[in-house]
Amino acid sequence: MKKEKKHKKPKSMAYRNAVTGYLFTLPFIIGFIMFLLVPMFQSLRMAFSDVVFQDGITYDFIGLDNFKYAFTVDPDFYPNMIAELIQMAYSVPSIIIFSFFIAIVLNQQFKGRGLVRAIFFLPVILSSGVLVGLETNNSLMAGLKDVIAETSNLTSITDTVKKMILPEGVTIGPIMYVFDAVDQVYDIAIASGIQIIIFLSGLQTISPSMFEAAKIEGATAWETFWKITFPMISSLILVNVIYSIIDFFLKTDNEVMDLIKQTMVSKVEYGLSSAMAWTYFAVVAVIIGVVSAIISKKVYYYE
Amino acid sequence: MNKILNKSKIKRKEKNESFHNVRERNKLSNGYFMKRKIGNGIFKFARGVMLFGLCFLILQPLLSKISVSFMLERDLYDATIINIPRNFTTSNYERASMLMNYPRSIVSTLWVSLVVALVQVASTTLVAYGFARYKFPGKNLLFGAVILSIVIPPQTILTALYLNFRYFDFFGIISLFGGKPVNLLNSIWPYIMVSAGAMGLKNGLYIFMLRQYFRGIPKELEEAAYVDGCGKLKTFLVIMLPDARPMLTSIFLFSYVWQWTDTFYSSLFLRKFGLLSNAVSGLGDGLTTYIQNISNRTELPSIAYQQAIISTGMLMVIAPLLIIYLVAQKGFVESLAQAGIKM
Repeated sequence: MKKEKKHKKPKSMAYRNAVTGYLFTLPFIIGFIMFLLVPMFQSLRMAFSDVVFQDGITYDFIGLDNFKYAFTVDPDFYPNMIAELIQMAYSVPSIIIFSFFIAIVLNQQFKGRGLVRAIFFLPVILSSGVLVGLETNNSLMAGLKDVIAETSNLTSITDTVKKMILPEGVTIGPIMYVFDAVDQVYDIAIASGIQIIIFLSGLQTISPSMFEAAKIEGATAWETFWKITFPMISSLILVNVIYSIIDFFLKTDNEVMDLIKQTMVSKVEYGLSSAMAWTYFAVVAVIIGVVSAIISKKVYYYE
Repeated sequence: MNKILNKSKIKRKEKNESFHNVRERNKLSNGYFMKRKIGNGIFKFARGVMLFGLCFLILQPLLSKISVSFMLERDLYDATIINIPRNFTTSNYERASMLMNYPRSIVSTLWVSLVVALVQVASTTLVAYGFARYKFPGKNLLFGAVILSIVIPPQTILTALYLNFRYFDFFGIISLFGGKPVNLLNSIWPYIMVSAGAMGLKNGLYIFMLRQYFRGIPKELEEAAYVDGCGKLKTFLVIMLPDARPMLTSIFLFSYVWQWTDTFYSSLFLRKFGLLSNAVSGLGDGLTTYIQNISNRTELPSIAYQQAIISTGMLMVIAPLLIIYLVAQKGFVESLAQAGIKM
């Protein structure tokens, strides 16, 4: 191509595509910078300083004092965070197993499947935002329930079964886990709406010819499950684990979240609340990183 | 008469024959046929029982709320009344409606949610399409930013966001021209801006889902459009959007429903609008104040009564969503299940 004609040379396809790509994603770029990146840096700055409101805002740099306070002085932050982490380690595996199981059942053909599916996805609506908070935040009511349960000699079925099969005082880890999960089955069912949808969509992308071939070769249902269904859906297990962890940490009735908000709104300690939020975020990020690193090694990608 | 008898005879005969058929088939298969049939029957029965139980478990809180909401206060303490109220009343609804300022708040929630959901769907669709179809430098980094916006707890940036809108200044442009920062709180603008920047509630998730969906649509469609001389924006609007309609509907519903029940952003930006979610979260305290006011500060509402009012309020908040869900349920669930969300 001659040099003097350069100004007339049409831009390359790749260049034009890149420009269009930027134009399409422009809302996100602006939004990300304005409403996430800038506030993130501001809150990081707050976490390291003492925020004073006098004729506007002034930040006094105080180093790690806010973090020290959150961990050593504040009576609620550290214990609450540990409690939430333990609770998460409990509930995420049960949510994954439960939603996987339900997705497999809902993928079968039976009468009234549409209705059952609709009911299982209902929690997506019912357990969102303010509603879940109202349901669980009422400690008075919970206390009343405990008292009623104690005085009226009502025992749950799981307790009875536990007494039947386990001798007094014996606790075996995995069995206790199952019992706890059964006790919490309502919470688990409520928390797994989206996960069921994701698994279901994955199950529907597996081509039926695979199952057919396996059947012709004489594979049992058990083998088909472990050799076809499970590997084909393993990438979605990763997605769901990450989603469940995030969902658990961001729930409205999460105690640490509540504490962070309380510190900001009622105590007006912006620095401390930012420090808590950042600590919490760092912990969540580390957990997600570790978990996804472990799981993605086992994930099978079908190409 | 005879005819009917004949018919039933024929039917019985057919049945007998089919029974013979089953027995014969069972014999021929060395008992495998029967075993399988019984096994299937047991499996179906167990599945039915389990699904019924779980469905009941999910619906039970809703049903018990409905029954409580129609009870008089004394019915709540009566141990002989379990589910069906003896003194049927709608007074709970009247009181909850008064305390939440229901007619006003439902109208403002309706339009705020509608506007926000529309803006969010528009912006996330654009962004998702850009990510799905175009290659540009820094794309992976930007998509990492999308993931970050899903992962980061909104509480981390809550404070800064609040202050940003309290003293709003678009990249310092306003003060550059000698203006003062504007207080945008308690107007809908902050939320519109956040939504337009695809940074609203769970918008990262929507981008992710839409991107997967767009990637699943064959590229040939657009190429054909380009060959025929269709511009890029027009291709997107005329070819891609109609194709993605089921997914767009789902995203719209998600956004609408989650906005409806959200307290995080609405208590931050939209306090004065009297949205339903804010109203219902203040319902318990509102009832206490109200009872104290009418009884000259001598009485407190009983816990059970407070619960009944809160349940009624929650039902009133959920009701419109349930209606939408019942209408749109089929398309909603099926489109999500068939979207093929893959990593």
